[in-house]
Amino acid sequence: MSTRDLFTFSNRHFTIGVGVIAGILVVTGIAGFIVLPFAQPWVQFANVWDAICSAAGVPQRATSVTAPEQAKRLSEVVLTSRTLSRPSQEAIGRGATLAQRCAICHGPTGISRADSPNLAGQYAAVIYKELHDFRSGARTNAVMSPFAVNLTDQEIADLSNYYAYLPRLPAYHPTPQLPKPNIVIYGAPMRGIAPCGACHGSLDNKTGSPWLEGQSEAYMKAQLQAFASSERRNDISQQMRNIARAMTPQEIEAAAAYYASQPPDVVKAVD
Amino acid sequence: MLVNRKLILAHFWLAFAVFGVALTLGAWQMFIRSPIGTWLSNPELYYRSLTAHGTVMGYVFPTLVAMGFGYAISESALEQRLVGVRWAWAGFWLIVIGSIMAVIPIALGRASVLYTFYPPLIGNVFYYLGVVLVVVGSWIWVALMSVNLRVWRKAHPGAPVPLAMYANVAGSYLWAWTAVGAALELLLQIIPVAAGLKNTIDAGLARVFFSWTLHAIVYFWLMPTYIAYYTIVPRAIGGLVYSDSMARISFILFLVVAMPIGMHHTFADPQVGAGFKFIHSAFTALVALPTLLTVFTICASVEIAARLRGGRGLFGWIRALPWDNPMMLALAFSFVMLGFGGAGGLINMSYQLDASIHNTQWITGHFHLIFGGAIVIMYFAIAYDLWPHLTGRELIDVRLIRTQLWLWFIGMIVTTFPWHWVGILGMPRRMAYFDFGDPAIAPQALSVTFSAIGGFILLTSGIMFIVILARGMRAPRVDAGPYRFAIAVHQSKTVPVALNTHALWVALMIVLTITNYGYPILNLALGAGTSVPAVYVGAQ
Ligand code: HEM
Ligand SMILES: [Cu+2]
Repeated sequence: MSTRDLFTFSNRHFTIGVGVIAGILVVTGIAGFIVLPFAQPWVQFANVWDAICSAAGVPQRATSVTAPEQAKRLSEVVLTSRTLSRPSQEAIGRGATLAQRCAICHGPTGISRADSPNLAGQYAAVIYKELHDFRSGARTNAVMSPFAVNLTDQEIADLSNYYAYLPRLPAYHPTPQLPKPNIVIYGAPMRGIAPCGACHGSLDNKTGSPWLEGQSEAYMKAQLQAFASSERRNDISQQMRNIARAMTPQEIEAAAAYYASQPPDVVKAVD
Repeated sequence: MLVNRKLILAHFWLAFAVFGVALTLGAWQMFIRSPIGTWLSNPELYYRSLTAHGTVMGYVFPTLVAMGFGYAISESALEQRLVGVRWAWAGFWLIVIGSIMAVIPIALGRASVLYTFYPPLIGNVFYYLGVVLVVVGSWIWVALMSVNLRVWRKAHPGAPVPLAMYANVAGSYLWAWTAVGAALELLLQIIPVAAGLKNTIDAGLARVFFSWTLHAIVYFWLMPTYIAYYTIVPRAIGGLVYSDSMARISFILFLVVAMPIGMHHTFADPQVGAGFKFIHSAFTALVALPTLLTVFTICASVEIAARLRGGRGLFGWIRALPWDNPMMLALAFSFVMLGFGGAGGLINMSYQLDASIHNTQWITGHFHLIFGGAIVIMYFAIAYDLWPHLTGRELIDVRLIRTQLWLWFIGMIVTTFPWHWVGILGMPRRMAYFDFGDPAIAPQALSVTFSAIGGFILLTSGIMFIVILARGMRAPRVDAGPYRFAIAVHQSKTVPVALNTHALWVALMIVLTITNYGYPILNLALGAGTSVPAVYVGAQ
């Protein structure tokens, strides 16, 4: 017998092989696409075709459920690899001029004497994202929002590059360096909290996460509480809200105090 | 008639060398995340190691074993010099280059994406290119197996293809087709993003492509083991294969039903329709069939050996088996691990039961038991059996070989049983750190400690294995004679064309892939708005 005789119905192996496979396919198809969808009493289908489409995974808009209304704006920042790359001296210079407006709160060297964040040497992507969020209203602050609303895209990029360019200076509120609390070193795996440094620079940096060393303790505590209560919601996919909600008040205090006491030179990941 | 021994030895040595390295990493991983290790303060190092361990153990090591063994089968079963030796070396070197290319970015922490790639996580492009080269190298082997069989058929028109070669070629076709899924994922989706040509990726589609590869790849890993069950073990213990046709049917069934079932890896994925999940689940149930056939046939073959040695009684014959023969020992250990692993597999494949163990340590326990245990122990046995024929020297220390096999078996049980258990308790997999001081998981500390100890037993056994083979390169010379495979009780002169060729089964494999994957892939590929921004490893 040659291979040509293989693919004919007079060949027993061919008939049985193809027949059995086709049979199984049909039976499992009917079960999976018709019988089982209708066996779910909590789902309603208009007709058989509707059930088949659902089982096949055809994207459908469920009629009974209306999309939740978007109460507040979410962050819409898009960062491509070209947005902030290799700033020119002029761009940094323009940023420096613009930054004079910011100095009253954020300090002339980018180190704040008030409880506003320090910006000197912060990752450019972070400043870029926050300014955009203040401008769009995804993040609001009575003092900061009015400054941001009138900035252009170019100005935001220049400011980001300028602050990222400034040297990382020690903070203005020197306290003795505190030991690392567990929440910072280990996170809390059972509550889904990664170590802070996994995003915030001491181990690795995930785009959009600031490094925190030397920031004001009061400021960080307030931000963590704002994330936990969902008052602040410009973190993409609730990355920070999910963590802050799972943190205890003591952990929030310990983490804020620890980071406030650190010098900036422990930041490992570079921009 | 083993002529190209250097080629085969090169494959085996490279396989076992990378295995040794990956095994050490595995033992370290086990230790560092157990209560007896102090926490590494950098989880990234763990994921680097895990990527290297998974990539080597999943892609490089078993592929090299299958290739080396495949060349050995082709030369000895067909009694014909390997055709295309230069191509075979080219394939080997592609794998060497690919492995080096992949391992450098891993070591630098630029590709800690784990061997399942995990898009939208994107690592350095050279990691993926390295994996592609490894696959391309292995495809050369697939082509050569097919060519060699064709050359033999020309010279022996109508004659039954020796079972070992028939199975070997079936395994190679399965690999060629199943690797296409991951190849599509890499070439169409991941590499363009890793190379900076795009910055979004359809992660759901990528997972579907990967599932295309992920299930049948395990049967590719399994092939050398099953070939050894059927064609080496009965000869080595002085028995006969109970049924040649049953063996062929098993290999054919793997070819047909190993492919259209991969979506049991996406049970928890929202982008795949429930109907397809059901069909894949049902076909998964069918894949137990060839394994059951194999267990039956091999037990019968072993019984024949025992009765030929004077064994009697309903179960009394078991005592008459040559238990001091390493091949017998390896088979018995392999079957025990296959039994437990198979029982666990039934849980994984059930749509509902899977939910309770999905992404837990149960899964890693399961595949280490089946793959690291049942399959790899037979790789050891294959190497021991072939070594004298490849080196022309005897492996003298049979006691050491037996100890090595015992340790692998014990180590694997000690490692994987507690590993399963903590999975049932809910411990997630792929975590670099566990706080065993937390009352919620403190009770799991003991089990994880046992697993880690088992890991060191395995490491010891792995080192012994390599030492035995290395010493075998210097032992006194012997003439091992031609390499032979087991013969069947009824060695028929003709075999029906369907069981002597692969065309019908390959066609069914492709058709079933289209019916079971076609729509889900098209649906995701053509649907709008299914892509997400890529997340680059180590990017700022
Ligand atoms: C000393 C023996 C071994 C130990 C202690 C070991 C340990 C480990 C550990 C701890 C993981 C990571 C699990 C997780 O965090 O999810 C892992 C993953 C893995 N191991 Fe092993 N392993 C060993 C041997 C083997 C063997 C013999 C093989 C196969 C030949 C193998 C194949 C794999 C694969 C494919 C992965 C998956 C990697 C991933 O999930 O990305 N291992 N192993
Ligand atoms: Cu699978």
